[in-house]
Amino acid sequence: MHERRSTLAISILCLGVALLYVPILALIAYSFNASPLTNVWGGFSTVWYGELLHNRQLLKAALLSLEVAVTASTVALLLGTLAAISLVRWARFPGRLLLTGMVNAPLVMPEIITGITQLLLFVSMVQLIGWPHRGFATIVLSHVAFCTAYVTITVQSRLQGADRSLEEAAMDLGATPAQAFIDVTLPLIAPALLSSWLLSLTLSLDDLVISSFVAGPGASTLPMVIYSKVKLGVSPDVNALATVIITAVGACVIGGGYIVRRAERRRAAEMRLVNA
Amino acid sequence: MHVPTLRASAPGTRWLLILPPLLFLTIFFLIPFVFALKISFAETAARVPPFTDILTRTPEHHLQLTLSFANYKFLLTDDVYGLAYLYSLKTALFSTLICLALGFPMAYAIARASKAVQGILLIVIILPFWTSFLLRVYALESIIGDTGLINTVLLKLGLISQPLHIMRTSLAMYIGIVYSYLPFMVLPLFATLEKLDHTLLEAAADLGSPPWRAFLDVTVPLSIPGVIAGSMLVFIPAVGEFVIPSLLGGPNNLMIGRVLWDEFFGNHDWPVASAVAIAFLVLLVGPIAVYQYYNVRQLEA
Repeated sequence: MHERRSTLAISILCLGVALLYVPILALIAYSFNASPLTNVWGGFSTVWYGELLHNRQLLKAALLSLEVAVTASTVALLLGTLAAISLVRWARFPGRLLLTGMVNAPLVMPEIITGITQLLLFVSMVQLIGWPHRGFATIVLSHVAFCTAYVTITVQSRLQGADRSLEEAAMDLGATPAQAFIDVTLPLIAPALLSSWLLSLTLSLDDLVISSFVAGPGASTLPMVIYSKVKLGVSPDVNALATVIITAVGACVIGGGYIVRRAERRRAAEMRLVNA
Repeated sequence: MHVPTLRASAPGTRWLLILPPLLFLTIFFLIPFVFALKISFAETAARVPPFTDILTRTPEHHLQLTLSFANYKFLLTDDVYGLAYLYSLKTALFSTLICLALGFPMAYAIARASKAVQGILLIVIILPFWTSFLLRVYALESIIGDTGLINTVLLKLGLISQPLHIMRTSLAMYIGIVYSYLPFMVLPLFATLEKLDHTLLEAAADLGSPPWRAFLDVTVPLSIPGVIAGSMLVFIPAVGEFVIPSLLGGPNNLMIGRVLWDEFFGNHDWPVASAVAIAFLVLLVGPIAVYQYYNVRQLEA
């Protein structure tokens, strides 16, 4: 009875994993298809990659998306880390419940609601104080808001596992709170900082709905251009672009993961030495 | 929770840390809802931005508040909105149930695997989350499209003579939602199943309970927090999903996210779009509160 249940669970696991990966693999395979039709294999070709390099609209959008993602995830890293430290360190302060709610809500809030409400804020702000005009600034501000939520959650769970007594020991030995934080706590949470920065980067690079609302008529991010192309049907150059993006992000994630794991192992080894 | 030391909690430095994120999120996440509420009481106007002020100054310098309930009346009288909302709820509910039916055995198998295999399986489940959501939804077309993988294989095998039309149907939409949100169901379920105390199962077996009884009486009730967290992480965003119904659904699959998008980008009616967003949010407050409640409880456990 028990064996049968496990076999069933494992079969469903395999099915689920196949469901998650087959479309991505098919997309990558089709990007090397010489024929523009998906069902006809016209031989191996990199023609669609060549077309990408000549598509000015795509390149411009890709550049804007990269600039937005780097700016937004860096600011979000800073704000999210501050929020995580505040939430872990102080059990009570005015606004704690509000802050907790505001870092958890964006994870489930439908993007379409966030997008429309933020746009209405930005146009009202322009009426009142003349800033920010729709474009780079508004896209960055809206991305910082949802990325901050993801950074806070990631860093918060890491800080909760960190040993506060180490920092206190440093302060007993004469370190100022700032020194103790930089020398003790920061290395402890560094892996979480790296992975949450990378996560923010990918979330920002991928956002379609919120950007479409707040970008205004002048600016188009990469997902906005991809969406409008895809709406018209399967286009082989989007397959090539998707392959490039998935490979680049995959390389960053695997590289980042490797760095994080190496740091963890070194830390574990050091802890064993300390405790020995 | 840590007891703050005196040195570390000088009130000045404390607020230096708390205020930046608190202010930023208040201004750019919370206050936008106030503006949406305000604009939902305005009327469309041919100007930039395209709505009237609800707060105006009369010639005698008195402030005058003009609230128009026309947008909300319009939502109630025009069937499109109510039907779209009900349809979104239905779609999200069934998608959540399918995710649960697939996700529970997956999480169970991962929780039962050896530590080394577990690590690899978790990475396999999390990795798609790092690749573009938009591109993954788009990638589905090369599988389920009329000239996609499934139809090509079935036609070659001679099992069908006409391609199956899956794209632009509700089936395509369900496939899309389950495909995109499955990891959100598996991960919280895994988190609770992994923590499950196996001595309880052994105790049940010692007391003569057959494995299926022990599964129903011990494993299932103890995994309820994971079931709720996973279901909310799938259900709430799925109700407001736009990309999937837009790319995979047909003209009849009008989910509320798509209606809101069309109202805004097609009709340029910002006040009605605001009213739709506010009404939608009010209806979501319940599920979001349930999610937050379980989330906070799990964090404190």
